Amino acid sequence: MLQYALKRAVLALLVALTVSLVCFLLVNLSTDVATAMAGEGATAETIDAIRTQYGFDRPLAVQYFEWLGRATLGNFGDSLYFRTPVAALVLQRMPTTMILGASALGFALALSIPLGVIAALKPNSWIDRLTLTIAVVGQAMPSFWFALLLMYLFGVTLQLLPISGGDTWLHFILPAIALGYYAAPAIMRLTRSGMLEVLESDYIRTARAKGLRNTSVLFKHALRNAVAPVVALAAVQLGFLLGGSVVIETIFALNGLGYLAWEAISHNDFPVVQAVVLLISLVYIVLTLLADIANAWLDPRIRIG
Amino acid sequence: MQVEGLRVDIPTPMGMLHAVRGVDLALEAGETLCLVGESGCGKSLSALALMGLLPRAARRSLSRFSFAGEDLQRAGERRMGDLRGNRIAMIFQEPMTSLNPSWSIGNQLEEGWLRHRGGSTALARERALHLLERVGITGATSRLGQYPHQLSGGLRQRVMIAMALMCEPALMIADEPTTALDVTVQAQILHLLKELQREFGMGLILITHDLGIVARVADRVAVMYAGEIVEQGPVARLFSHPSHPYTRGLLDCIPVPGRLAPGERLGTIPGVVSPPIGALHGCQFRNRCSEAEDACATRAFELRELSGGQRLRCRLAAT
Ligand SMILES: Nc1ncnc2c1ncn2[C@@H]1O[C@H](COP(=O)(O)OP(=O)(O)OP(=O)(O)O)[C@@H](O)[C@H]1O
Ligand code: SF4
Ligand SMILES: [Mg+2]
Repeated sequence: MLQYALKRAVLALLVALTVSLVCFLLVNLSTDVATAMAGEGATAETIDAIRTQYGFDRPLAVQYFEWLGRATLGNFGDSLYFRTPVAALVLQRMPTTMILGASALGFALALSIPLGVIAALKPNSWIDRLTLTIAVVGQAMPSFWFALLLMYLFGVTLQLLPISGGDTWLHFILPAIALGYYAAPAIMRLTRSGMLEVLESDYIRTARAKGLRNTSVLFKHALRNAVAPVVALAAVQLGFLLGGSVVIETIFALNGLGYLAWEAISHNDFPVVQAVVLLISLVYIVLTLLADIANAWLDPRIRIG
Repeated sequence: MQVEGLRVDIPTPMGMLHAVRGVDLALEAGETLCLVGESGCGKSLSALALMGLLPRAARRSLSRFSFAGEDLQRAGERRMGDLRGNRIAMIFQEPMTSLNPSWSIGNQLEEGWLRHRGGSTALARERALHLLERVGITGATSRLGQYPHQLSGGLRQRVMIAMALMCEPALMIADEPTTALDVTVQAQILHLLKELQREFGMGLILITHDLGIVARVADRVAVMYAGEIVEQGPVARLFSHPSHPYTRGLLDCIPVPGRLAPGERLGTIPGVVSPPIGALHGCQFRNRCSEAEDACATRAFELRELSGGQRLRCRLAAT
């Protein structure tokens, strides 16, 4: 198990390095960083001065390793727009996005696992069809549109929930639903198909042959095996949710990383963009790693080689 | 145990599959009944029907089902749940997949006991340990904490047997318990089953298509073909006077040393079983039977009593 975890961790590290390279190149090849730094209306001399001062005239490889070295220590330079250190800015915005992501995933799981189980218990019943409809509609509907719909219904018409800002936990309900709903269909379908497969399996028949009660057959023997792939999917979905938070945070004016990314992109604030993209990718990589380890732990065939 | 008129119907895209039709079985305490027949003739479905474990799509009907003096014909899922794993136990054809990969052997052994007998886990563990030793598993204490993937097929089948014995069932149904195993392991498992049956005084229904096994363990035999019992009787009688053309064919298929001249071909039954789908008439074996006559295509034959407790479903019994 330890060996397995280590192997995964090394792999994750390699992926992280690749991502950092892509992240660096994307910015350096798409914009001229010296021009961006000099700001609008700067003269050619100023730009050249900045280029030499910051070493942007050196080979990209050298710049990359320098940037990577600083980034590893948490130094991403200063924001061009906010004029404060990027690291502080990111740290300040991170909790909001983490809360949003976690509650969105929580909502998605709480909705989709029970529905998936019920759908699997009564395949082709009305409830199965209903969940299928929810899944299809959920995947087809753009998340911003669903967010606006929620805003209009619960915020404007019913006036039940706040629709802007992130001061209390109430502010997070609608964004979490808007974001989480997007992840629910995939988890639901996977739970359903996993349960259907497991319920047909020989060991479920054995469990029933022992006279075990339905709850025990269902939860102890079936669900445990059916949710293993769901764990991996949930991690991937959380990654998507973090990406999706750019849209949702902007709509609900939540001051998180997504909102920061949007601000940074619209002001050509490349150090911030770089940091946010790198951070979200790293979170995604760590999540996938944790999911792998959780999966291994759930499955004795991997846990005990 | 006594079962009469057992039927299992399964809807299929081609029409209703009458997988089991009018099967009667009776078993005394301590007796071994072997159910034999080709693959797909409905042996497993008959067994699962008795356990109340049929696949979701299948429908069961019975005209009589009594067990240890209790009428189970209309017993619901709750009552059957109380009996399963307690008074009636079953072991399956597929030892490799019949254990849950996520739980330890000990846990899976104990849970049946805890369900039916309650009490402490320590007591259940003690019982599990005792039975693992009884079924010939060495190092039983360490096995309790192991997971199915760490065990070979033969060991898993032994675990399944121990599991079935946890609550000392009065009836054990063993569905081809050795088909998936190596030949050497097969003999050990069979020997073990027979020994345990004597020790526990259980009734045993053993499903197999190996007549060699039948000859060694059975008291009585029921031969199934395409969902029906075509011949049944005491094992000695059936082997000395096989009367149904299908039974005779089966017996011709086993190699007997000395009976075959070198180079002579082993008997096989030509043709294939046609699945009993839709409206049925006449004898299902007629397309493969060397004794078939016109009457075989139209008349439905009952199981008729011959001498010596033998019963036969065939035109030959009527004359
Ligand atoms: N769930 C199911 N759905 C449809 N048909 C089924 C199902 N289970 C079994 N059958 C069919 O019912 C018939 C009897 O199956 P059964 O499993 O009882 O055969 P068997 O005698 O045990 O054969 P084997 O020796 O291969 O185990 C077969 O033709 C099989 O295809
Ligand atoms: S009833 Fe006819 S076809 Fe069927 S086994 Fe007897 S002789 Fe053969
Ligand atoms: Mg079978």
